[in-house]
Amino acid sequence: MEDNMEGKTPEEKPAAEPAAEKPAPTPGPKPKKAEVGPRFVVSSSPHVHDGRTVSQIMRLVIIALAPAALYSIYIFGLDALRVIVISIASAMIFEAMSQKIMKRPVALRDSSAALTGLLLAMNLPSTSPWWLIVVGNFFAIVIAKQLYGGLGYNPFNPALVGRVVLLISFPVHMTARWVTASRFGTDAVTTATPLSLMKDSLATLGHIDVAFGREEIFDLLIGNRAGCLGETSVALLALGGLFLIWKRVISWRIPVMFIGGVWAMTGIFHLFDPAHYADPSFHVITGGLFIGALFMATDYVTSPVTKKGMLIFGAGCGVITVLIRLWGAYPEGVSFAILLMNAATPLIDRYTKPRVFGAADKKKVAA
Amino acid sequence: MGSGRFFGGVHPSYNKGLSDSSAIVEMPLPEKLVVFFAQNLGAPSQPVVKKGDEVKKGQVIAEAGGFVSTPVHAPTSGTIDSIGIYPSPVGVDAPAAVMIPDGKDEWFEECNVERSSEGLGVEKIKEMIHDNGIVGMGGATFPTHVKLSPPAGKKMDLLVINGAECEPYLTADHRLMVEHAEGILDGAALFANVIGVDRVVIAIEKNKPDAIEVMRKAVAGRQGFSVEALGVIYPQGAEKQLIYALTKRKVPAGGLPMDVGVLVQNVGTALAAFKAVRYNRPLIQRVVTVTGSGIREPKNVLARVGTRFEDIVNFCGGLKGDAAKCINGGPMMGVAQYSLDTAVTKGTSGLVILRQEEVAQFVSDACIRCARCLDACPMSLNPSALSIFIEKMRFDDANEYNVMDCIECGCCAYVCPSRRPMVHHFRRAKAEIRKLQRKAG
Repeated sequence: MEDNMEGKTPEEKPAAEPAAEKPAPTPGPKPKKAEVGPRFVVSSSPHVHDGRTVSQIMRLVIIALAPAALYSIYIFGLDALRVIVISIASAMIFEAMSQKIMKRPVALRDSSAALTGLLLAMNLPSTSPWWLIVVGNFFAIVIAKQLYGGLGYNPFNPALVGRVVLLISFPVHMTARWVTASRFGTDAVTTATPLSLMKDSLATLGHIDVAFGREEIFDLLIGNRAGCLGETSVALLALGGLFLIWKRVISWRIPVMFIGGVWAMTGIFHLFDPAHYADPSFHVITGGLFIGALFMATDYVTSPVTKKGMLIFGAGCGVITVLIRLWGAYPEGVSFAILLMNAATPLIDRYTKPRVFGAADKKKVAA
Repeated sequence: MGSGRFFGGVHPSYNKGLSDSSAIVEMPLPEKLVVFFAQNLGAPSQPVVKKGDEVKKGQVIAEAGGFVSTPVHAPTSGTIDSIGIYPSPVGVDAPAAVMIPDGKDEWFEECNVERSSEGLGVEKIKEMIHDNGIVGMGGATFPTHVKLSPPAGKKMDLLVINGAECEPYLTADHRLMVEHAEGILDGAALFANVIGVDRVVIAIEKNKPDAIEVMRKAVAGRQGFSVEALGVIYPQGAEKQLIYALTKRKVPAGGLPMDVGVLVQNVGTALAAFKAVRYNRPLIQRVVTVTGSGIREPKNVLARVGTRFEDIVNFCGGLKGDAAKCINGGPMMGVAQYSLDTAVTKGTSGLVILRQEEVAQFVSDACIRCARCLDACPMSLNPSALSIFIEKMRFDDANEYNVMDCIECGCCAYVCPSRRPMVHHFRRAKAEIRKLQRKAG
């Protein structure tokens, strides 16, 4: 509650005698303006607030990500911790530096930089060298966020901009050095992600050849697989997402339409041609769909504010993801899908302007 | 009749327990009264007294300044000490008469004489309501006779007596219903007679079970009267939201309740109108809930119009040491005062005093587009987009996004994590747009 309270005391408010200069329009002696009682704080209504702050919201999202982040340390070892620490630290340093240089108030306490750092870390492989993480955060915080004006003004999700810059500029580091679950002390085994396995088998064998039995599904759900830190444990990401929906931090609309859209669209293709199109459940629980749908696509600043807009946004993300996964050059399309829909957000908001209360009945009454 | 709910709304801490069980107490006559000439929404009333005039209680001191206006009456007998400009409790400086009571509290000629309202014509009732200066006492102070005069052709079928009192802290209407149920219903019957409806609903939020019980008993013998218990959600008492919750009828955007055949009147207004017609008693006093953690003895005070805030605060034991904000009205829509050197008007429903710890000041930040305000807005506006437009002085865009339909309830600002001064922005935009429209028209 005490955020931004520094240096603001009631005494600084222009609390007294705005009326003193005005001439009296009616004759008669002007009553003396006695200073009665204490000086009060003057502000526009409402005078009460529900107490929710930006930093609270950001912290709730960080808390929701924590189980998946901790689990990534469990399966990828201390390398994952290294990635997370470097990422959060560099994000916060870039944030503070750019705010200093641009002479804006340094607002690390809103925790948005820490969240961006954590989200980017969750989108990196555990093998990422330190400089890769720093470059990613530079693009996320400085280029994608602060140069646009800081929190609230960035059109694109900063963490995703960071990830995509790295994906395009350093494809080897970003896509070819996966390790599977190693646990502490065990040697890491280099392997490919389920989605790239699928795409590779399609290219070499001409049909899908990925095992997708009960065991594989269980491994995918708990996160026993190759991938970025945060892609792995679908179950823990879902838990975090449900927590955010329960806490009313995010709405169900974007994640449900996004994940549901991917499931429905891949399901249709699978139905007609299972040899070339993988099971829809495989699509849903592999790749970065859960972290993307629950934690990236729901980013307030870059997604629509209207209810209808959120539905359209989520569905659009789903469709683009499937297009890229099935026919694109990349095995995964979640990041690109969200960024493309970020670009459409202002337009979506404009065309889904909520209808003002009473507008529907206007004609009926007039008639 | 559905006891449904409206879209949006918020659940602030109601804090009504501070004062909801204290009976209304009449405040003794203060040594000085400051009576503002503009006591109603619409045209300001025109003063007809000058310095040194002796006036009686209930004597007209300012006449109606047009159709949408009402006269103002002397709240007691005494001398007009001076006429000048005073800080009014709605935030602007306004002309007022300073009165020194003579202590006799003598009524003016025809005032306060009981007579039967039987057989009075509709026009006569409206005239008496006008002549006695009756305005909406929920806080808006819209002249009641105007609301009772729908244009020919508007068919009305329902009168709603608004006892929702959804503003946190305020208990004035609550106490009126508990203590003056019959008078309120008699006033309601007058209104129903004037607009020709046979269905009257007393609407009360469920957090006032005693008021609901008393009113239910009181309506028992009255044909067409009923009591509806409403969900506790702010702004349940806002006209459009109230009508929707009761009837599922939507008042058209930019329209009035009469467009859907409904008249809404506050409980205090009904009581005042009854006294005006039955006793020819002008509106010169009202119940003010003096409450909040910053006042020593929260009370529901029956105070004269013109009672200075300082006197009323002293009557309630005075301020606590760390009192930091004084609000005329409730905390959601009320106006913060910069000093206690102002006075009760016909619209002063409460005086809420908050302490330092409740008055944390924030620097507002950029909108993070969290959409909480869209969920909270009972008018289904997009406050997020509106506030961004207005920050950039894009008033035409704000108009296109229906800022003129904003009811200034404050729900958006209440939930805004960036602490943006939404209502302030919207009031400004409305003023600018009206200015532009006047220029164009």
